[in-house]
Amino acid sequence: MSTTAADEHHPSGIMRWVTTTNHKDIGTLYLWFSFIMFFIGGIMALIIRTELFQPGIQFVDPQFFNSMTTMHAIIMIFGVVMPAFTGLANWLIPMMIGGTDMALPRMNNWSFWILPFAFTMMLSTLFMDGGGPAGGWTLYPPLSLQTGDALPFVIFSIHFMGMSSIMGAINVVATILNMRAPGMTLMKMPLFVWTWLITAYLLIAVMPVLAGGVTMLLTDKFFGTSFFNAAGGGDPVLFQHIFWFFGHPEVYILILPSFGVVSSIIPTFARKPLFGYSSMVYATASIAFLSFIVWAHHMFTVGMPLAGELFFMFATMLIAVPTGVKVFNWICTMWRGAMTFETPMLFSIAFIILFTIGGFSGLMLAITPADFQYHDTYFVVAHFHYVLVPGSIFAIIAAVYYWLPKWTGHMYSEFWGKTHFWLSTIFVNVTFFPMHFVGLAGMPRRIPDYALQFSDYNQIATIGAFGFGFSQLIFLGLVIATIRGGATATDRVWEDAHGLEWTLSSPPPYHSFTTPPNVEDEWNWFTREHYETVKTRS
Amino acid sequence: MKSSSNISALKLCFFAVAMFGFGYALVPLYDVLCDITGLNGKSDNVTQQQQANFEVDESRTITVEFITTLNQGMSWDFEPETTKMQVHPGKSYQASFFVKNKTNRSIVGQAIPSVAPFSAANHFIKTECFCFNNQLLEAGQSLEMPVVFVINPALPKHVKTVTLSYTYFDVSNTVNKSINNIDNT
Repeated sequence: MSTTAADEHHPSGIMRWVTTTNHKDIGTLYLWFSFIMFFIGGIMALIIRTELFQPGIQFVDPQFFNSMTTMHAIIMIFGVVMPAFTGLANWLIPMMIGGTDMALPRMNNWSFWILPFAFTMMLSTLFMDGGGPAGGWTLYPPLSLQTGDALPFVIFSIHFMGMSSIMGAINVVATILNMRAPGMTLMKMPLFVWTWLITAYLLIAVMPVLAGGVTMLLTDKFFGTSFFNAAGGGDPVLFQHIFWFFGHPEVYILILPSFGVVSSIIPTFARKPLFGYSSMVYATASIAFLSFIVWAHHMFTVGMPLAGELFFMFATMLIAVPTGVKVFNWICTMWRGAMTFETPMLFSIAFIILFTIGGFSGLMLAITPADFQYHDTYFVVAHFHYVLVPGSIFAIIAAVYYWLPKWTGHMYSEFWGKTHFWLSTIFVNVTFFPMHFVGLAGMPRRIPDYALQFSDYNQIATIGAFGFGFSQLIFLGLVIATIRGGATATDRVWEDAHGLEWTLSSPPPYHSFTTPPNVEDEWNWFTREHYETVKTRS
Repeated sequence: MKSSSNISALKLCFFAVAMFGFGYALVPLYDVLCDITGLNGKSDNVTQQQQANFEVDESRTITVEFITTLNQGMSWDFEPETTKMQVHPGKSYQASFFVKNKTNRSIVGQAIPSVAPFSAANHFIKTECFCFNNQLLEAGQSLEMPVVFVINPALPKHVKTVTLSYTYFDVSNTVNKSINNIDNT
């Protein structure tokens, strides 16, 4: 399949991007948006780490520090990880299921173009009277209701982000259910498609709940309602329940697509079919189901009845079972495989190891009596950064390295890719591992100043943060260089890459599959015979 | 294929709207759950008939403590006359609280009660209470406010001490803007 000029009758210049309804263009827009926000959120993280390099107040005032922690979280969650996954979904899902494009292309355009406006509004609050939101990304009242002029802008931008991701999710579900090529049954779909299908349902289920919760904040502040106002018979703890009813499925929204990415990459470089495909699908679905009944483990200390604490503790620990199934399946996929260690594989292996460390600290936090000690300390900060940075972010980076040659038609520089990998992996641990220790020793999160005995570990963390931040410039340079040129990539790109996207040319044509692909051929790779031939070859 | 996509999209939109509604449905659900479990110390106000059914249990003595809090630096004096009482379950008692507006302007306050521990909340019955009423105090005015309460003899055996806490909130702004919906007693 070759790309001809006649295929691409679309406006040129800026209007191409504003008016595009093409899944590849919109995927590119999402990924670049996410990349830009990654650096903006990263600068905020470095401001936080600079202030925490030494005890005492050095560089920024506490109010600004607090708005940095709040904004850093909102940007990294809603502006980086979620758009990056939506971008990957846009690029890959139609190609993986043998479709031409997304099911609802005009809504696709709309769901992207809401985002720049939402985040412009969010970032503009930093320049308003009273500063940006500074009560934490969880927006707990009554503290969040003391935000200055920024509050309605923050709430409306959260509404916009919610609308954008709900529309993106509806599009993904409609695409997967309606656009599959003949022969592409649900249980033949690549895991990235499966994990995104489940993620999309999670998004549609919980983003509206968040929208409702923040709307209640808005009416409490400006229209005299008393949802969370104790003076009017409301209850601030109710907000925490509503927030975490959204918030816990949200953390799986942030990680499930990365499970899909890693499940695509590991088999390619282990040269073996994915171990336990159907158990992977069921494990993903179980995690999604369990995510709805564990939310109160974020609020063990608000004063729940003992029965409630026990229920949420055991339900939370139960999640370790399907997650463990996944980790064991990845390890079994690599077991006795003919492994090579290209950059995407390195990031995927680091993902498995470091995400598992984050999972273990999560299990510690799930133990109710222990959580009273860990609650709101740096141990929690260490935990969720381990699952989000070397978890979600590493998976996104791995996905970019893995599919970039397909997208651009050029190979990236393996040397710089590996340099980026080693620097990132070393510095991410230098940054976040010491946080476990200061957290267990009692350093609270969200404070600009701390007791003297925490200085050493905080200095190490700050050095790591700057190292990690600047290492990402290598990634930026490498992506730009690969788009501009480099060795020509073959259609298959990787020796043992399998899936319908690899049957297209590199770069793929503007409209992915105009004739239905042969699903059986690609699927048969998942059989044992192929494994035997690879084993004899190596 | 196009129309089936649109049908999927429509169904999913409906799902999203329903979940927005569910977010709001969590509010009454939460209240119901709190009423059942006594979570957050939300205690019942009970009718006279129910109270008459209680048998006084002289063999048990419960310590009742009173705590007062002023929200967000409200400039009132607010104290219980006695901080501790020894009571028998089933018998009616009266405690009183003293409030004084120390400022030179009139302020509307509203008291919100809470009972700890949670397992006692449903068994601590206030037959007369100043809670949830908007209380106007002119500059310098002071007031004595009674609470009549009875402890249900069904109070779990392990509870030896019950704490009744009142928090006074300044609601002058809300009342003056006359957009209050807080008179829900």
